[in-house]
Amino acid sequence: MTAAADPGAMAASRPRSARGGGLDRLFEAMCFAAATLLLTALGGIVVSLMIGGWPAFAHFGFGFFISSEWDPVQEIYGAAGAVTGTLVTATLALALSLPLALGVAIFLVELCPPVLRRPIGTAVELLAGIPSIVYGMWGLFVFAPWFAKTVQMPIMMSAQPGTVWETITTGVPNGAGILSASIILAIMILPFMAATLRELLLSIPPQVRESAYGLGSTTFEVIRKVSLPYIRTGAIGAVMLGLGRALGETMAVTFIIGNAHGFPTSIFASGSTIASTIANEFAEATGVLHTASLTALGLVLFIITFAVLALARILIGRQANL
Amino acid sequence: MVLGVKMFRKLVIGVAACVALAGCGNNDKPADGAKAPAGAQISGAGATFPAPLYAKWAEAQKAETGFALNYQAIGSGGGIKQIKAKTVAFGATDKPLKPEELEADGLVQFPTVIGGVVPIINLPGVTGGQIKLTGSQLADIYLGAITKWNDPKLAAGNPGVALPNLPITVVHRSDGSGTSFLFTSYLSAVAPQWAKVGANDAVKWPTGLGGKGNDGVAAYVKQTAGAIGYVEYAFAKQNQMAHVALQNSAGQFVEPTAQSFAAAAANADWSKAPGFYLLLINEPGAASWPITGATFILMHKTQADPAVGKSVLGFFDWAYAKGDAAADELAYVPLPADLKARVRASWSAIVGADAKPVFTPAAP
Repeated sequence: MTAAADPGAMAASRPRSARGGGLDRLFEAMCFAAATLLLTALGGIVVSLMIGGWPAFAHFGFGFFISSEWDPVQEIYGAAGAVTGTLVTATLALALSLPLALGVAIFLVELCPPVLRRPIGTAVELLAGIPSIVYGMWGLFVFAPWFAKTVQMPIMMSAQPGTVWETITTGVPNGAGILSASIILAIMILPFMAATLRELLLSIPPQVRESAYGLGSTTFEVIRKVSLPYIRTGAIGAVMLGLGRALGETMAVTFIIGNAHGFPTSIFASGSTIASTIANEFAEATGVLHTASLTALGLVLFIITFAVLALARILIGRQANL
Repeated sequence: MVLGVKMFRKLVIGVAACVALAGCGNNDKPADGAKAPAGAQISGAGATFPAPLYAKWAEAQKAETGFALNYQAIGSGGGIKQIKAKTVAFGATDKPLKPEELEADGLVQFPTVIGGVVPIINLPGVTGGQIKLTGSQLADIYLGAITKWNDPKLAAGNPGVALPNLPITVVHRSDGSGTSFLFTSYLSAVAPQWAKVGANDAVKWPTGLGGKGNDGVAAYVKQTAGAIGYVEYAFAKQNQMAHVALQNSAGQFVEPTAQSFAAAAANADWSKAPGFYLLLINEPGAASWPITGATFILMHKTQADPAVGKSVLGFFDWAYAKGDAAADELAYVPLPADLKARVRASWSAIVGADAKPVFTPAAP
């Protein structure tokens, strides 16, 4: 902060310091109010999700979690298909984007010429600012046709009939499905993970790296044996944050996943996630059980996301204590 | 001193955050549209299908009378919930409520404009209207019983058309929608084999993939050779999608045009439909398009503030009288004149606390 160089700021701060104690207390009270209001809102959301979803839990019992039946006409609902779709797409997205995010972060911190560092860093951050609906439209109108023609068709045609590979690659050749949704998700969570990993790498004290170089290590050895182990637990936290975002992503996935209820059997098959099911059906759901089941799905998603974030907190906290 | 400035900035941010949070808190209160005084804004909410037309009508009427409408296209289900909760002056739905349901909530219902559902296809070398389908064949396709375009069942009905050996990709709406409701109601009405799926705004589709909204369905159909989907008539017309000709109850194969929708509406017997509960599915008449439906307005029978009820009915009275050209322009089909008269007569049931009708339409 260079405010001391500004004479105006100095003059202004003088009379305030006399009643600084009062201001401090006011400030503390307001911050406390802000924080507790947030907690109250969070608690309120959990409670209202529980109340809203109760009819579904009461009617279907534990079967709600293990059935993949979703039939609005017969009023039979089960969360298993959507939960599976959510976990599969989020995990695939993570597997696709983690190597890329690591590559971006390592390049920016360890290898990048200073001229390129800022443009690439900004580009990664810009990716994070694109609204999810834009990813959805781009995915549906641009990515899906390209993906169908250059990736999906060759893979489907190369699969030998009767093999396991054929089973997991069958689908409608139009670029919509589990794998497409995972790829779009991977692009969406990439900037968050890359930015966090970059900050972690930057937080390594220069002496650590310099000592390694001083011992005669190559760049690759420094990265593999010193930098990455140094940030390992923090990196797990970054991954969990990315996973948390992938789990809850709605619009982009709804556009590209194909929206079929039930268990996805192939990477090109249509599926659904918890968030996409809610986005699709909530506006038009009028039946008590339908609304309750969608609300219950929301609670399930809340619990999954909470578990992921809590895990991240624990891991990050452990690193801070080292 | 530096700290003082920092402190000040934090304070400003803190205050801003508090104000923002307080602002958010205020949103919990329901919108008080139902209590708006006459001449002020009237709020309605519901179906997305007629939203462009309602906006156009409101715009034209605002220029003429100063009437201001705030219509929120939140979906039919949302419209029904909002009018039951009395947060809006009127609700709008594509899926009419049954008379007993209207009775239970003290609501009245009337149609405003007609639309319909059009099956669209993407077949190389085949143009719009060339493929003729019966309702039963359409059901078999959506059940996954007919999986190839050169299936003998389809070929028999389409002599002279070179049907390719392509798998049929079934595309349906993924979101709950009045369009799906009409489409599945039609399949239920004409094909006994569809009974296991049923009719609703969202159903358990036996096969195919779901696109979000009309544009989502259209995108999948356009991008997949051999795909079949269904969209609203206005959407199909504006985007010039290749449609199929469907067989109607008179056995004729008809194309989706403004005339065939109007024919279905004119041939429907509204006199035997209490609460205007009528889907224009498979209506008689050689020219009638088989998947047609009106979109509806829901209002409370007893208006807490007669002035609000009067404004709403005045708006739709104006629309019936002067809104047909705007409807045509946006590819909606206006109601036939006798139906309009029937609806106007039904408005006498909407009363204030004093049991007097809130609005009396001028004699046409």
